[in-house]
Amino acid sequence: MSHTFNGPENIHSQAKAALDDPQLRQNFRGAMDYLQDKRRSAFADPDEESKIRELSEAIRQRCLSKLPELLELLDANCSRNGMVVHWAQDETEANEIIANIAQQHQAKTIVKGKSMVSEEIELNHEMAKLGIECLESDMGEYIVQLDGDKPSHIIMPAIHKNKQEVSDTFEAHLDDFTPTVDVDELIQTGRTRLRQKFHDADIGLSGVNFAVAETGTLCLVENEGNGRMCTTVPKVHIAITGIEKVVEFLSDVPPLYSALTRSATGQAITTYFNMISSPRKSGELDGPLELHLVLLDNGRTQAFQDEEMRKTLQCIRCGACMNHCPVYTRIGGHAYGTVYPGPIGKIISPHLMGLEKTKELVTASSLCGACGEVCPVRIPIPEMLQRLRTEAKNPPKPDAIAIEGQASASSTLESLAMKGFAFAATHPKLYHTGSWSATKLRGLMPNKIGPWTQCRTSPKLASNTLHQLIKARNKRAGGES
Amino acid sequence: MSSANHISAKNAILAKLRDAKARAIPKETLGYPVWQSHDNELIKQRFIAGLLASHAEVSCVNASEIPKTLARVLNSKGCEKVIVGDANAEQGSGEFFPAILEGAHRIEVTQFDCEFEALKTSLFTEFDAGITHCLGGIADTGTLVLWPDIAEPRTLSLIPPCHIALIKRSTIVSNFAQMMTLQAWQEKMPTNIVLVSGPSKTADIQQTLAYGAHGPSQLVVILVEDR
Amino acid sequence: MRVYPAKPKTVYLYGTCLVDMFDPEAGLDAISLLEQQGLEVIFIEKQTCCGQPAYSSGYTKEAKSVAQSQMALFDEPWPVIVLSGSCGGMMHHHYRRLFQGDSALAKVEQFCERVFELTEFLVNVCRIKLEDKGEQTSVVMHTSCAARREMNVHVTATELLGQLDRVTLKEQAYESECCGFGGTFAVRHPNISQAMVEDKTRHLSETKAALLVSADWGCLLNINGAFEYQGHSMQGRHLASFLLERTGGK
Repeated sequence: MSHTFNGPENIHSQAKAALDDPQLRQNFRGAMDYLQDKRRSAFADPDEESKIRELSEAIRQRCLSKLPELLELLDANCSRNGMVVHWAQDETEANEIIANIAQQHQAKTIVKGKSMVSEEIELNHEMAKLGIECLESDMGEYIVQLDGDKPSHIIMPAIHKNKQEVSDTFEAHLDDFTPTVDVDELIQTGRTRLRQKFHDADIGLSGVNFAVAETGTLCLVENEGNGRMCTTVPKVHIAITGIEKVVEFLSDVPPLYSALTRSATGQAITTYFNMISSPRKSGELDGPLELHLVLLDNGRTQAFQDEEMRKTLQCIRCGACMNHCPVYTRIGGHAYGTVYPGPIGKIISPHLMGLEKTKELVTASSLCGACGEVCPVRIPIPEMLQRLRTEAKNPPKPDAIAIEGQASASSTLESLAMKGFAFAATHPKLYHTGSWSATKLRGLMPNKIGPWTQCRTSPKLASNTLHQLIKARNKRAGGES
Repeated sequence: MSSANHISAKNAILAKLRDAKARAIPKETLGYPVWQSHDNELIKQRFIAGLLASHAEVSCVNASEIPKTLARVLNSKGCEKVIVGDANAEQGSGEFFPAILEGAHRIEVTQFDCEFEALKTSLFTEFDAGITHCLGGIADTGTLVLWPDIAEPRTLSLIPPCHIALIKRSTIVSNFAQMMTLQAWQEKMPTNIVLVSGPSKTADIQQTLAYGAHGPSQLVVILVEDR
Repeated sequence: MRVYPAKPKTVYLYGTCLVDMFDPEAGLDAISLLEQQGLEVIFIEKQTCCGQPAYSSGYTKEAKSVAQSQMALFDEPWPVIVLSGSCGGMMHHHYRRLFQGDSALAKVEQFCERVFELTEFLVNVCRIKLEDKGEQTSVVMHTSCAARREMNVHVTATELLGQLDRVTLKEQAYESECCGFGGTFAVRHPNISQAMVEDKTRHLSETKAALLVSADWGCLLNINGAFEYQGHSMQGRHLASFLLERTGGK
């Protein structure tokens, strides 16, 4: 089944469709149970876990606090190492940069390692318009691309499918494929076909997990080896990353890397950690001859403006927040209609797409806090959601810059209701008359009250309020004395 | 895109960031809780256990046993053609080249001594294994640290379906952070460093682990006693 | 970890708006429990609601005015005992955030430090020892997300039940998962909320426990309403009422 990707405005209908699909529900629940277990065993010692999270948060906050300086240092050091550094304010600029590089080399094919930023700029789609084929090489991304679909999870893109569904996808799109539910055979199928692509591709494209300012080094985390293939075999390597991924020191990398892999998949370490500091140097025999780094803003500077929302940029893209989210577990990644799904997607997407499109997204949380509890860099995701809800309802504070889509969810009716609530709650007499009458008139409570009663009976008011019972109790006590 | 655009994008992004007037936070003084030991035996044991857990094979040998061990490994894997680094390269790590060549003398050995492009197709299709040295090892996670150079290019450990790595026991340290600090990596980052912990793998299909995703499906580590 | 004060002589009770309207008996029972500990319990008549509905919907300014009015009611330096982890989390944790950058912050923080959820106060300040006088039974407990993650009081609620000799505590699958209430979330995203509460009620009923208890009426409105809708007999009670009943205070 291919999922149409309509956008976050349609989260209600997209969520409903996902909730009504028992196979999808089972695939996600199974996968999330597995990933939660893995993380739990990777952080067996709670004291160690809290120290790692505290350190990782401190590193990310320090690096963000010096972001403009570190980006300039990164640019200078990468350039000195022989890379070509590009800056892009938005997806259009990023796609133009990549298209230009491709056209300079008359490139027909780009083989891609996993890169959520490339999803963000819709690179595949934009390059296809120019006759350049982008081929995903991460196994999950490959499956998703065959389907004409999008990733449903940032680190496990095909998590919405079970092995039978993967076999069905291969059968529909690959020649000479014999259906199987043997996972080794399925992987071998992908391996065989993709090795030829690594061999043939003109350009390799990758994301970046950490960009080290001190040394001008790009670090890539992976298990499959496709990232190494993309960054080593083609003559040109393009790395694209959000501007927030920069770290100050090389020594910042080991703790962040450990926090990342343990939080993401519960691994102590991934199979490969690839540290790239330059293109092929004179005398060296392999590696790309040209290496480009594209630094993308795309709304990140907006999140950076505000000290509280800046915390959004601490993210190291482990996916633990979605793995532990009761909403994500039930509706899966596609229903969000955003490149980044789950809790982190809800707080990043408003900066990438504006609050107008994402105002329903920021309300799609019970603020249960499961995400914040596992975040390796301790982003207070529920507080960010509360903040974004506020920005969606209200004009900016006098001294603050409006964020895109500011106040787009403001509703006169709701606002009146909330003002009314606040008025009553700050005027006890009025409030207590209200609650008193509610309990007295409880017989009038309707059986159906909006969506609440689609799966619940309406709440049963008591016959007296606590205020009245205490008054009566005090009177009795007074009378007795 | 013209360079004028490039400068304007850079300036615009930096200007927005500077506008926020973020206050620089000084370097934190928090400790990093990570596995560490001064006991060489424990270090060795943890290194081996980590590698075995990530599906690598490990043989511990004395330097004099390298040729016969390698011959046994190549035979057991059914290797007929292998690729090794350039034994005659002027620079680069190559301490065990004589032993490697001796161990592989019964089969066809190619030395990586020309530009990648000339060897590319055969790397993808012909060689059964690539053999490399290692810069060091990390006990904490059972990790090989490869520092490819002119003598041993990056693709040796990547494209052939089996990677055979030789590592000296004395080069194994407790953890990643320690190795970086001891060797002051920040002063001399090479073109590429790769940490390898097992053969390539994926769990992208229904969380089922499968080895041999895109890189080598087998990793054989020959741990050379030199203490 | 929070540092707890010595046991005081007098405390304030914060009943919460939901207990006020839906389960006032639980409020009286909490008072009895506290009085059994030798405490004088003051109930300020003018208290209304902690302001969470406005806060979580993004009406920060309105929430702040409610917070201000509530804090003003509790002048004396006595602990404020809250009958819900969720409202406790609002008053202990989020009031601070509402007043970030405000000149009143220091005073607000002093108030926040005085806010305790009932079970944590009974265990960590009163060092209560319960004597179980009831028949052998089994219960399952639902802890609200705020109680667990903002207040860390699932530990103290569990400890209280553990003190009851003839009560077996059953553990439900996905114990720490949200029930799907989340205030306005339940009506704004009814389908997602429904999926959550249906799973929650299933996991609770699968324990075959005789009783359901919780120290949060928000979750209970949701869970009890769903159980009744499904025609299931399980109906959760406030933990305060259950504890008082077991110790013969009722």
